[in-house]
Order: sequence, then C-alpha cells, then structure tokens
Amino acid sequence: MKSPAQLLPKAKIIVAGSGLLFAASFSLGQEAITGSTPEDRIVVTTDQDVAIGIHPGTIEDLHDYRSNPERRSATYNLGRAATEEEISAWDIGVSPDGQGLPAGSGDSKRGAALYALHCAACHGQEGEGIPPNGALVSDGNNGKTIGSYWPYPTTVFDYIRRAMPFGTPGSLSDQEVYSITAFLLYRNDLITEDTVIDANNLPGIKMPNADKFTPDDRESYNYVH
Amino acid sequence: MSSEQQPTGNSRTGDEYPTDASPDSEVPNEATSISRRRLLSGAGAIGTAFIFGKSTELAAQTEQSSPILDPSSDTSKVLGTPGTELGQRSPHEKISRFLRPGRPWTSGTPHEDLMGTITPSDLHFERHHSGVPAIDPAKYALLIHGMVDRPSVFSLDNLKHFPSVTSVHFLECAGNYPSRPDENTRPSRVAPLLSNSEWTGVPLRILLEEVGVDPDASWLIAEGQDAVKMNRSIPIEKAWDDAMIAYGQNGEPLRPEQGYPARLFNPGWEGNTSIKWLRRIEVTKQPSMTREETVRYSEYTKGNKIRQFSFVMDARSLITSPGYPETIRPGFVQIQGIAWSGRGKISQVEISVDNRKTWQPAILQEPVLSKSCTRFHFPWQWDGEPAVIWSRAKDETGYRQPSLDEHKASRDGRRGYHTNFTVGWNVGADGEVAYYPQEDWKT
Ligand code: HEC
Repeated sequence: MKSPAQLLPKAKIIVAGSGLLFAASFSLGQEAITGSTPEDRIVVTTDQDVAIGIHPGTIEDLHDYRSNPERRSATYNLGRAATEEEISAWDIGVSPDGQGLPAGSGDSKRGAALYALHCAACHGQEGEGIPPNGALVSDGNNGKTIGSYWPYPTTVFDYIRRAMPFGTPGSLSDQEVYSITAFLLYRNDLITEDTVIDANNLPGIKMPNADKFTPDDRESYNYVH
Repeated sequence: MSSEQQPTGNSRTGDEYPTDASPDSEVPNEATSISRRRLLSGAGAIGTAFIFGKSTELAAQTEQSSPILDPSSDTSKVLGTPGTELGQRSPHEKISRFLRPGRPWTSGTPHEDLMGTITPSDLHFERHHSGVPAIDPAKYALLIHGMVDRPSVFSLDNLKHFPSVTSVHFLECAGNYPSRPDENTRPSRVAPLLSNSEWTGVPLRILLEEVGVDPDASWLIAEGQDAVKMNRSIPIEKAWDDAMIAYGQNGEPLRPEQGYPARLFNPGWEGNTSIKWLRRIEVTKQPSMTREETVRYSEYTKGNKIRQFSFVMDARSLITSPGYPETIRPGFVQIQGIAWSGRGKISQVEISVDNRKTWQPAILQEPVLSKSCTRFHFPWQWDGEPAVIWSRAKDETGYRQPSLDEHKASRDGRRGYHTNFTVGWNVGADGEVAYYPQEDWKT
C-alpha cells in the first residue's frame, strides 16, 4: 500500500474511509483525528478501495453527490423529521475524540466497590475473567484485555454503558460508568489510583497497544494468484 | 443466568464457533448422519447393486422387500392430506441447525444436509451477542441523524415504500472456523457460520440521499436494538456501492434471528457489520471505534500489527460431500460443495484428489452470482486407494484461496478472524471419510 504522503497530492478519487485517517490517527494520536482538515480525513488509497471491495463506479457517484448540493433534496418524502428529544434518547455513541461522552466523572476507588457489586460475578474479583468470560485486566500476556489490546479508552466507557452489566444494560448511571471505567483503567496500569476521569481527560489516556492497529492491508500481501 | 450460559466473546483465538474434541460438542442431528453412514457402508457390501449403478437405498430395499410389491407403501389408492396454511418439511427429514452447549448466542448451518445454494431461512446460522430481541413491527423506528440535512425517523412501512432491490448474497461471520478441528469434524463444522439468502430491502444510498448527507461525512455508525446495542462504523462508500436496509429474506419478512423487522446488509463483508434489528444510523466524519471493530473483529497480521476494518470476506470453498462421517464406495463419487467470495463472483473452483499434487477444475453450477454461494461439482472415479481430496476457490479479481501455509505466512503464524485456508478430506481404503487435520498454530 502506498503511503498517505505519496497519495495526497495526486489522489483523483476522494473516498471517505480508511487509509489516511487511520495512518494519521495511529501514528499521531488523537490530534490527527480532531485537528486534521476534512480533506485529510477523506483521502484513501485506491488499493484500499479494492481491499474493502468497493466498486469504482460507485465512488465516482459518491464524489458527484458530494459536489452537487442539488442532489441533497428529498425525493420520496417518506418518513418524518426526528425531534431533538428522540435523537438524544438514542444517541449514546462515543467517539475516540470524546464526542458523545456525557457530563460526570468517576475514580477507581468508587469504581472498585461498584465493580465488585455489578461485574465481579462474571468477570472475577480482579477482572481476571471467569471462563468463558475472558479477562478484563492484563496479566502481562498478549490476551485481549483492556491494558494489552484495547486501542481507545473511550471504547471502554462506551461499551460498558451500552452493554454491561450483561443482561441488565442501562442500569448504571453515567457517573457509575465513569467510576467503573476508571477502576478498570487503573487495574490495567493506565491511570493512577486517584485519577478522576471525565469527558475531558478520558480521550487522552494512552493505550499501549494503539500503535499496532493498522487498516486493512490484505491487498498488499495476501493476494495469491 | 448461570455462568455456563455465557457466550465466549473473550475467546482469544478469535473464533466464533470453536469446536473442541469433547463428545458434548456433537450436535442434535448426529443420529441422522449415523444412520446414513450405516446405510451406505452396509450397502457397500452389495457389490452387484453398485456395479449396475443402482442407488444404495434401492439395493438395500431389494434385499428386504420391494416397495413396488408392498401394498402398505402404495399411497396412490388413498387421498392425501389437504392443503394447510403453513407448509412443513416431510416428517422424515430431521434437518436442523446445530447448537453448542454453553454457547447460547450461536447456531450453525448444516451444510452437508443442504442442496443448491439457498439456505432455508430457518437454517440460516445465528450469531448474536445478547439474544434475539422481540420487536413489534408497528413500533419499529429507524433514526438517521448526525451530518445530515434532515434528521429523520422511518417506520417499517416507510422503508417498504422506497424503491427496493433484491439480490442473493452469502452472509458469513468473520470468526467462521473451529478452533480445534479433528478427524471427526464435519463439513458444516468447518464453516458453520455461513449461509446464503435472497435479501430484499432499500438501498442504503437512497435513504441517505433522502435525508441529505453533508459532503464532509465519511462514516456511518449503525446500531441495533438488541441488549448490547451492537454497533459498527461503516465507510459511506459501502452505501454508494451495495449496502441495503433489508426487510426481506427468501421471499418473506426477515426471520427474528436475522434482524426482524429490518437490518443493515453489507454484501460480501464480515457478518458483524450487517447490524441486525437496526434502529439508528449516525452519519459522521470518523469511525466510532466500537468494541466490535477494535477489540473483537480485528486480527494480528505480519509484523505484530493488528488489522482493523478488514471488512471483505476472502474467497473460500467447502466440500460438503464427501466428508465426515460419510463412507464412499469405489466408482463414481460426486464431489460437491459451495464456494464464495466477498470480492465478487467465483471464477473457478479446483479439486485435488491426490493431496494437492494436481488440481482440476470443478463444474460451477449456474448462475454464478457476485458475493454469493456457488455450488460446484466434480465427477470423481475413486479407485479404492486412500486419497485426500481438497477444493480451492478463485474469484473474478484473481484472488485464490490460500493454503494453510500461505495463510499463516500472511499473519506470522497467528490465528484469528478471516480464516479461509483450504481444507482436505481423508478417504481411507475402507471408504471412510475424515477431516484431514493440518493445523499447527503458534498460539
Ligand atoms: C452476567 C454476567 C456479566 C456481568 C454481570 C457483567 N458482564 Fe461484562 N461481559 C459478559 C459477557 C458474556 C461478555 C461478552 C459479551 C459479548 O461477547 O458480546 C462481557 C464482555 C465485557 C467486556 C468486553 C470484554 C472484551 O474483551 O471484549 C467488558 C469490558 C465488560 N464485559 C465489562 C463489564 C463490566 C464493567 C461489568 C459491570 C458493570 C460487567 N461487564 C458485568 C458478562 C457479564
């Protein structure tokens, strides 16, 4: 795969997607995601298009759509406007730059008690895992624990809030989710015991494995003729 | 919920459907296959029937009693049953998905019991992360918001009034390979989380155009209404390519376990991206980096890197017969199976009957459709000598299904999602067919 630098100036096809965004965000960290220009975000190698199986003709149409504001009017007049209230009721997503993180804060000391109460039965007192539920806390090996594998701290908050405790999701307050997140980050040696986490500092917590993540690279080597 | 009831989302191999050697990994339809095997091997002794090319069943029948001469098997003198509101399979066919104890969120498609290319909807594999939600279609709503001009809510009825498309595509889980296959692994256990259906829905592009998308938007975050609110980030190009919001499967509304009443469907992509029970699409500039696209559906590749957003399912083939636990007899044996590629049409399937020394093309059953299962046949004259038979698929982009060695080399010997290497079936001198174990993983 070509490097983003090689492609940027002469890329004819502007594609939303992966290559540069990931290359930039993986090597430069958070700043690249929030600070780059829109063009930076949407240029991708043509190899990458093939890798993700997108038909070139459809890319051209998307490009045409993007440059033709008149194509943005409604054609079928089906559906209705969503209200702000509806959107906020369902919009629970959190992105790596922290967008979507709610108000509130938490720390590992409060989190320890909450974890023991709501999580330990399935994931172990220390997050060591109870088969078939794997470990949440790294024991120094290469397993998929928060410390050894997860590339973004925001995903920890997002996943716990959307899906845990398994079977009773949504039963914890945002405040409680912050504290449990802090507890798991602390146990994985990613923050100190008394760090208070919130929407501002959570996205900046460094995840040791983040640099290993790379966009789909199959075209470059796994292409057997 | 007891701890045995938990899924294994934390499996370190990346396998969604590990098969272990324990007897309890065997499955509900065991009895059917055993009886088939007995029948076949029993009939193998009846040389004359084989020489004259008669079916084994007929040979067995002739020995006992002739159905032609047996009045009790003559249905032509009594009225049959009247029409019914809902058809049923013949009570003689005990075909079913197979489950695994302790893994409540998955069931596999019994490939060796199926024909053609379409998976009957009630045999389509299941993989969900928190069970099948019970959704009242009258209360269904799809919210599209984010970087759009007109944040909107669509009812199921609205979705059905948009221009629709219908196309046949496979759906395959990225973790579709057993962790510990052995001689007694059946064809279906090699790729249980693959099925093929005709899907009907509204092209996602049409919905996005209806709400008006900001030209700076690059990603769609799709989210379901199951108890993990399953979510994945999808590059917007897929909407302009072939993604759809599907509400139909094989001519009828989606089955609940396939996302009723509406799901995202991304042809050729790893199954997890095709969010079931779809309730929300947020149009954004950046991916959300959800748990499923970071911690789960990612895999180690060369140089200790972790490949992420590996959407496309690579070409793969599966011999569905002969395989364990069949017993074959010398003479004509039809080798058959299915092949599929997330990149397009299957261009060729090759068969080796000499343990990969030579390869010969199989016959592809028309129509060969893009990102869809293609059935292949290969007429084999088995001479009765031990043999190992293999299949390998090529697709229209020139991609060829890799061998285990090629596959391992591409990811430094580590296993994970998107496993698609070729597999073989060992045929003994006695005609017994067994899975050909070849794996020897580092991790
Ligand atoms: C009833 C058992 C149960 C309880 C209680 C529970 N979990 Fe889980 N947890 C699971 C299961 C099962 C999975 C895997 C779900 C899947 O694969 O989709 C899981 C997955 C996770 C994961 C993702 C792990 C990974 O490597 O992908 C995290 C993080 C997590 N749980 C945190 C928590 C926290 C924090 C709590 C307490 C608030 C909690 N869980 C309570 C059963 C439970």
